[in-house]
Amino acid sequence: MKIAVLSGKGGTGKTLVSVNLAASVKESTYIDCDVEEPNGHLFFKPKNIQAEEISVKIPKVDETLCNGCRKCVDFCKFNALAYIVNNLLVFEEVCHSCGGCILFCPEKALSEKERFIGEVQRGISENVSVITGILNTGIASGIPIIKRLLSYTSEGKEFTFIDCPPGSACIVMESIKNADFCILVAEPTLFGAHNLKMVYTLVKLFDKPHGVLLNKCLPGEDNPSEQFCIDNGIKILGKIPFDHVLGKINSNAQILVRENQKYHKLFSDLLQTVAKEVRHEAVTNP
Amino acid sequence: MKIAIPVDDHSMETNVCQSFGRAPYFLIYDNESKESAFLDNSAAASQGGAGIKAAQIIVDSQVSALLTPRCGENAANVLKAANIKLYKTVNDSIKDNIRAYNDGTISLLDEIHPGFHNHGGK
Repeated sequence: MKIAVLSGKGGTGKTLVSVNLAASVKESTYIDCDVEEPNGHLFFKPKNIQAEEISVKIPKVDETLCNGCRKCVDFCKFNALAYIVNNLLVFEEVCHSCGGCILFCPEKALSEKERFIGEVQRGISENVSVITGILNTGIASGIPIIKRLLSYTSEGKEFTFIDCPPGSACIVMESIKNADFCILVAEPTLFGAHNLKMVYTLVKLFDKPHGVLLNKCLPGEDNPSEQFCIDNGIKILGKIPFDHVLGKINSNAQILVRENQKYHKLFSDLLQTVAKEVRHEAVTNP
Repeated sequence: MKIAIPVDDHSMETNVCQSFGRAPYFLIYDNESKESAFLDNSAAASQGGAGIKAAQIIVDSQVSALLTPRCGENAANVLKAANIKLYKTVNDSIKDNIRAYNDGTISLLDEIHPGFHNHGGK
C-alpha cells in the first residue's frame, strides 16, 4: 500500500505525519520526495547509508562535425539551443533531456553527456527503510530524482509512505502518481484552508482516493479547513492537537510514536482508518 | 547600422514592450537608410526559453544593438556571444529611444535579471 502525504503549503506537518506513520508499523518504507528540503532523515537518522548519484542526459556538441543546419535549434520546444556566430550554444538548465536534438542531427554532431543533479540516499532506521532524495542547489527540476525514488516503492514492504514536496506543481503530481491513497494535511487557518483547496483540486483531478488530516487543532476554536471538508463532503481522517508535548518531542528531532504511547495510538488508529479507506476503495472502485 | 527594439505593435507609433523575450514584435531600424521593419517574435508563445529564442531572432537579423527595458540572463548570454550591445530604453517612445541612441545619451543596460520563467509581473 502506497500512501502519499501532501499539503498545499509548507509547515503543515507532512513530514511529522509520514515519519510517524512509517515508524508506527512493523515494517515500512519512508520516501522523502521533498527533494529541495528533505528533512525526514533528521528524525530517522538512518544508518548504513548507500548513496547513488542522479544525472540527466544533455547534448554535447562536436564543433568539428556541426555544419550549422540548425535542425536541433528548430526542433527544441524548450529553446535550450541557439546557434550564434558559428557556434551551437546549449543552455543546460533549460534542457528537458528529451534527446530529440541528438536524434535529429543529420551530421551526428550531438552526443549525450551526463549532468549531475542530485542524489538518492538509502538507509535503515530500526523498522523503517529510509529513502531520501536530494536535489543540488540551483537545479530547476527534481522530477528525475522523484522517478528514481519511487522505483524503490515496490521493494517488498507492505507500507510505503511518500513524503511529498509542498504545493501542487508538477513535482507533487509526479510524487502522487502511483499512490493508492493521499493524506492531505491541513492547518486550522484561512490560509491553510485555501492551500487545502489547491491540493484537494489536484487529487480530484488525478482521481486519487483521499482524506484530510487536521493538524494543530485547538479545541473550541474555528477551523476553516474542517469547515471546508464539511462543505465539500471530504473524509476527515483524524485530528492532531496543537500540543506542547508533541512540539517538544518533534523539535528535538525525535519520533513521536517511538517516545509517546498516546501518539503511538493516534498514528496507529490513523493508519487503520486509511487502510480501511483503501480497502473500501478497492471494493467499490476495483 | 541596424538596431532592434521590442515593441507592442507593428507601427512606429506604438510603445516599447516591457518584456524582451515575450514581446509580440521587434522593430528593426536601419540608422543609415532610416528604414524600419517589424518582425514577428515567434518566441512569444514559447513554453519556455523565450528569451533564448528571441535573442536568436535578434542575432539573425544582424543588428548591432538592442534597446530594451530589461533582459534576462540567458538572452543576454546569446546576445553577448554575438557581440550585440545592450542599451536600456529611456522611456516608452520608440522615437525618443532612437534619438537617444543617435545622440549617444542612452546608457548601457547593466542590470541583467535572472529570468522570470512565467513568474514575471504583468
